[in-house]
Amino acid sequence: MILHFHNARLIDPEAQTVAGGTLTVRDGLIEAVGAEAPQGAELIDCGGKHLAPGLIDWGVKIGEPGERHKESFRSAGLAAAAGGVTTVIARPDTLPPIDTPEALEFATRRAADAPVNIRHMAALTRAREGREMVEMGFLQDAGAVAFTDGVRVVPDTRLLSRCMTYARGLDALIVGHPQDPGLSKGAAATSGKFASLYGLPSVSPMAEVMGLDRDLALVAMTGARYHADQITVAASLPALRRAREAGLDVTAGISIHHLTLNEYDVGGYRTFFRFTPPLRAEEDRLAMVEALAEGLIDVIASFHTPQDEESKRLPFAEAAPGAVGLQTLLPAAMRLYHQGGLSLPQLWRAMSLNPARRLGLPAGRLSAGAPADLVLFDPDAPFVLDRFTLLSKSKNTPFDGARLEGRVLGTWVAGRRVFGAQA
Amino acid sequence: MFRARHLLGIEPLAPPEITTLLDLAETYVDLNRRTVKHSDALAGMTQINMFFENSTRTQSSFELAGKRLGADVMNISMQTSSVKKGETLIDTALTLNAMHPDLLVVRHPQSGAVDLLAQKVNCAVLNAGDGRHEHPTQALLDALTIRRAKGRLHRLTVAICGDIAHSRVARSNLILLGKMENRLRLVGPATLMPSGARDWGCEVHEDMREGLKGADVVMMLRLQKERMDGGFIPSEREYYHRWGLDAEKLALAAPDAIVMHPGPMNRGVEIDGTIADDINRSVIQDQVEMGVAVRMAAMDLLARNLRAERGARAAEMMA
Repeated sequence: MILHFHNARLIDPEAQTVAGGTLTVRDGLIEAVGAEAPQGAELIDCGGKHLAPGLIDWGVKIGEPGERHKESFRSAGLAAAAGGVTTVIARPDTLPPIDTPEALEFATRRAADAPVNIRHMAALTRAREGREMVEMGFLQDAGAVAFTDGVRVVPDTRLLSRCMTYARGLDALIVGHPQDPGLSKGAAATSGKFASLYGLPSVSPMAEVMGLDRDLALVAMTGARYHADQITVAASLPALRRAREAGLDVTAGISIHHLTLNEYDVGGYRTFFRFTPPLRAEEDRLAMVEALAEGLIDVIASFHTPQDEESKRLPFAEAAPGAVGLQTLLPAAMRLYHQGGLSLPQLWRAMSLNPARRLGLPAGRLSAGAPADLVLFDPDAPFVLDRFTLLSKSKNTPFDGARLEGRVLGTWVAGRRVFGAQA
Repeated sequence: MFRARHLLGIEPLAPPEITTLLDLAETYVDLNRRTVKHSDALAGMTQINMFFENSTRTQSSFELAGKRLGADVMNISMQTSSVKKGETLIDTALTLNAMHPDLLVVRHPQSGAVDLLAQKVNCAVLNAGDGRHEHPTQALLDALTIRRAKGRLHRLTVAICGDIAHSRVARSNLILLGKMENRLRLVGPATLMPSGARDWGCEVHEDMREGLKGADVVMMLRLQKERMDGGFIPSEREYYHRWGLDAEKLALAAPDAIVMHPGPMNRGVEIDGTIADDINRSVIQDQVEMGVAVRMAAMDLLARNLRAERGARAAEMMA
């Protein structure tokens, strides 16, 4: 089957360009950019809208196994397709966690329900308890793209150093959550004027710096490949920069929520704004946007975390953290394009090309031979979000009622349309 | 002038609302000193006191206030109730709401819990303390005590001393006294000082002698015994030595400075017993008296607004 997209604005995150043009797809792969329509191709008029590699959302929680009432592979996949996400990198913090090849096989089988690509991370330690390492080799053979205990920090540095050393032998990627577990225990907000006035248990931004410093020292010691899931405060940036300059194999990510919201958005104890780590000060948010533009922070993701209403209708410090984000990642990122001074190619580098490179996936590029995972969208189309229109089973979004710009018009996975009406 | 529907904190109140409430409370101070202490301001209304955290003083003060205004008062101790059976806060609120209370007095160990509950019921809600967030009636009774003792509630130097970080009393007092344009000082060990305290527009002192210099009002806070495990301060005796209010430290304050304490006191930990009992300096017993009057005034005003709101709604339905 041949598809020919024409009259499109193509976002190329490799070349860092946006240009008018055409794109030809044959048998699920991109065949050519800028070519004439081949014989027998299905013509797709993009109406002058933007065509880009589909988003790769790294760190999505799906409730299977264990919490299917919050999210299933099917519902997450539909939400992803509607949000222009063509590859979901699933988290292993399920019930039970993905810590054995058998559990990973189960999740992989269930993932076939989703209309988009699903790749899995596996736990780093058994039951995510920080005591024994998982069977990394078996899990890697079964398809694990990275190893992480999620937001649970491995407190035992000796064990973590062994995990890293062992992972190096497999060339496996370790994803850490930089946070000092002692300082951040019980915290629901970032310490400062806001948390103090609202009387919320809080953690200093330094807890992140300490966690990052520790992990980077272990990386220097072991030579492991390491990705920090969320770097959210300005004070973490010098350490990250030093690690890069020293040639360590280190990358870093951040959630879209920490790039577009700050601690004051919690307002009257709104639990949909409770995150791990908590939302930060505005100066930190601005520093993160700058670090992203500079390329010091590599990846933007939604950290999609479905929670049912009961987990959120509680006093703030008791409410479960996290928000759904598969469907709002793209429109929220458009805030950074319209107001934050980031270009579309810069955003696509962080939301598509960089995660693909880091995880060794062929996607994230608009070049011949890459999979035809594509999103067609209008970055200027405005709308007001109603959370009950989200396709995710859980509706816990901080953007309910927010004015957003950026509408997904169509999503293709391996050349197959998974979202949007036929033009 | 008092527009509020609930009394969830001092933060939403405008200075004229605070003054209105304190003025009305003065009339209840007089009423409470008579032999027949009765008004019909809340006659026929139902007041439910819902305490998710232990309290004797605040709960009995609210109970007495309601009874003196003629309300039907019910106390529910939530520590022994269905909460233990796993009921959520919102379900508890909805259950009580179905019994048509007019005034709901709530204390809860989590910051923001009373705000959450107020969104789910259609009666007036009074915050009797939520976590380390606010305790508005305490700040109002402190304000009334200060106003009566000093003759004004502005341009005073007030030192709030002790465990600021965990204290909702400190927060509500800071907000109220700040709104009324007083000079505020926070005094205490750095481990018990909230981060960001310096951004609140008040002075922060670790040295109590510095902090008390020239103060018109010395407000002591209770040190929670459970915090004295070496986690926040090394020991009770060291705390008393450095931050306990004794005659020597008090001598640095203004000669006519008053001493306040929200109670219950730990004598010999944060305050010397003889100072607490000194009728020339200590207004601690007045605070308790003002507490009943202020709570009567608060419930009276909220009940008036509630009646007006219900009347307006009824008129709307007739029209």
